[in-house]
Amino acid sequence: MTTIPASPRNSRALSVLRQIATGFMTLALTLLGLLVITFVISRVVPIDPVLSIVGERATPAQIEAVRQSLGLDQPLWRQFLIYVGDALQGDLGRSIRSGEEVVSEINRYFPATLELATLGTLFGTLVGVPAGVLAATRPGSIADQIVRLVGLMGYSMPVFWLGLIGLLVFYGKLNWVGGPGRLDPTYDMMLQFTLTTYTGAILIDSALNGAWDVFRNAISHIILPAGLLGYVSMAYISRMTRSFMMNELGQEYITTARVKGMPEWRVIWVHAMRNVMVPLITVIALSYAYLLEGSVLTETIFAWPGLGLYITNGLFAADMPAVLGGTVVVGVAFVTLNMLSDILYRLVDPRART
Amino acid sequence: MTLLDVQNLRVTFDTETGPVQAVRGVSFSLGRERLGIVGESGSGKTMTGRAVLRLIRPPGRIEADRMVFDGQDLMKASDREMRALRGQRIGMVMQDPKYSLNPVMSVGQQLTEGLRLRDRIGRAAAHAKAVAALEAVQIRDPERVMAAYPHELSGGMGQRVMIAMMLIPEPDLLIADEPTSALDVTVQAEVLSILDGLVRDRGMGLIFISHDLRLVSRFCDRVLVMYKGRIVEEVQAGNLLAARHPYTQGLLNCLPRIGGPRAPLPGLDRSGAWAQDNGGTR
Repeated sequence: MTTIPASPRNSRALSVLRQIATGFMTLALTLLGLLVITFVISRVVPIDPVLSIVGERATPAQIEAVRQSLGLDQPLWRQFLIYVGDALQGDLGRSIRSGEEVVSEINRYFPATLELATLGTLFGTLVGVPAGVLAATRPGSIADQIVRLVGLMGYSMPVFWLGLIGLLVFYGKLNWVGGPGRLDPTYDMMLQFTLTTYTGAILIDSALNGAWDVFRNAISHIILPAGLLGYVSMAYISRMTRSFMMNELGQEYITTARVKGMPEWRVIWVHAMRNVMVPLITVIALSYAYLLEGSVLTETIFAWPGLGLYITNGLFAADMPAVLGGTVVVGVAFVTLNMLSDILYRLVDPRART
Repeated sequence: MTLLDVQNLRVTFDTETGPVQAVRGVSFSLGRERLGIVGESGSGKTMTGRAVLRLIRPPGRIEADRMVFDGQDLMKASDREMRALRGQRIGMVMQDPKYSLNPVMSVGQQLTEGLRLRDRIGRAAAHAKAVAALEAVQIRDPERVMAAYPHELSGGMGQRVMIAMMLIPEPDLLIADEPTSALDVTVQAEVLSILDGLVRDRGMGLIFISHDLRLVSRFCDRVLVMYKGRIVEEVQAGNLLAARHPYTQGLLNCLPRIGGPRAPLPGLDRSGAWAQDNGGTR
């Protein structure tokens, strides 16, 4: 009667490993599904890939030649297999606009979005979580009202408007930050011609090269758009944190911690926070994924050469390989983040491990 | 010697429709003995226990003419002084271990955090003390339980962990708030006898809160019967059948007896004048 089915530590680690393996299987299946969808879309849209390459005045022989080089004379299932095979080898076709490999284009665009989204999420989390906790521990107080009001503004003000006002005030009038783009032109030249590219993220690359003037310039450019995206995600994260924390603080184990004489900081930041983390991980991962999809409006206003801008421009030019390639990358990022949050979730919540 | 002296304790919740008094002038005093508090749901027995530890959260208010624990005035104590009292001198075991243990912390972490954080005891020594505490509540494989999480424990097991946790700092007073209500009947007796033994051995004061009058009378020296936030009767546990208050008698009569008549059990008769007293509030 006093024995319990508690598993020892090593078998627990094993079960986590098994769950990670299952996670990878799900990942593979999801990605296959994603490829099916993008493939079908590419065949369904009324844009003839051949025509958009050769132009309207091509001879039938030219058209046929391009058709064959694209593999469009093959049966559909065969085309799909080729598509999947190419995608697995990192080939998402060529952009119709530029004739460049979509993958190498995305390689240039995606790090810009990644940099922006990561910084934004970092800001949103580092400010949003403490703000939410503050609001939850003093409901109805002035601090709570301020957090609510600031959050409400983040929800309801259009991003493009905030972005324009931000540029007007902090760049145009005060000149505290850099303007649109990722770098000033001079530093951009430096980056392209004198520095080694490691990741494509300018902040990381310039730091690795020890080019601190480039780094500083990049910071001055990214701070406003990242702050803007961070503000929006902060609004969301602080609201969610507040409600999760309120819920946990009403639980009986919180009373237990207080009965034990634990100081209030430990009750909130250890006992309650570890439980709040469980749902909060999903919230943060979702808001990060949302930013990774490329925030078109922000990227347009700040002339930020990111994935959102890339996909939108592709769409306007009827450049299907670019659009679908971008979609696949977004999908991969989304699914990967989901899996990561699943793993983190299990690390935080022992009940999810068994 | 008086351990706890409470005079005219009131717990009030300010709601949007006006103040609601959950406890309306409760007085009792307690030495190193076992005091039972009995009453139905909403009679204020839990609030009385929590008020002693100042665990009523806003919008609840605690007022009393006098509330003294071992010479220390609880009404004047600062939050810091209350924290020093909690756990160290007064412990509390709650109803359901499923909710009263932190689901994402291992039993070991929860058992040792007080020792590590407050008493600044090293990891190994704290671990040893926690294991000893688990053995004291008759858990046979304490090392395994230390590594377990609350959801991996049965109810009886969880409640023993809870009792062990509260007894580690060797408090002078333990408040047990329906400690067996969430447990299976077979496990109840076991947990009760463990609690009984430990309280007796260590000479602690005990406030045992329950809705089960017979259980309390078996287990305590004295019983307070509460109704609508007031103490309606105080009886010696051995003298239960001599209880005179109609509410107490009602509580006694509404329990079935093995081998007794199979007629429908009488409900509580609330027609008497004692049940109409609303003390100015609803």
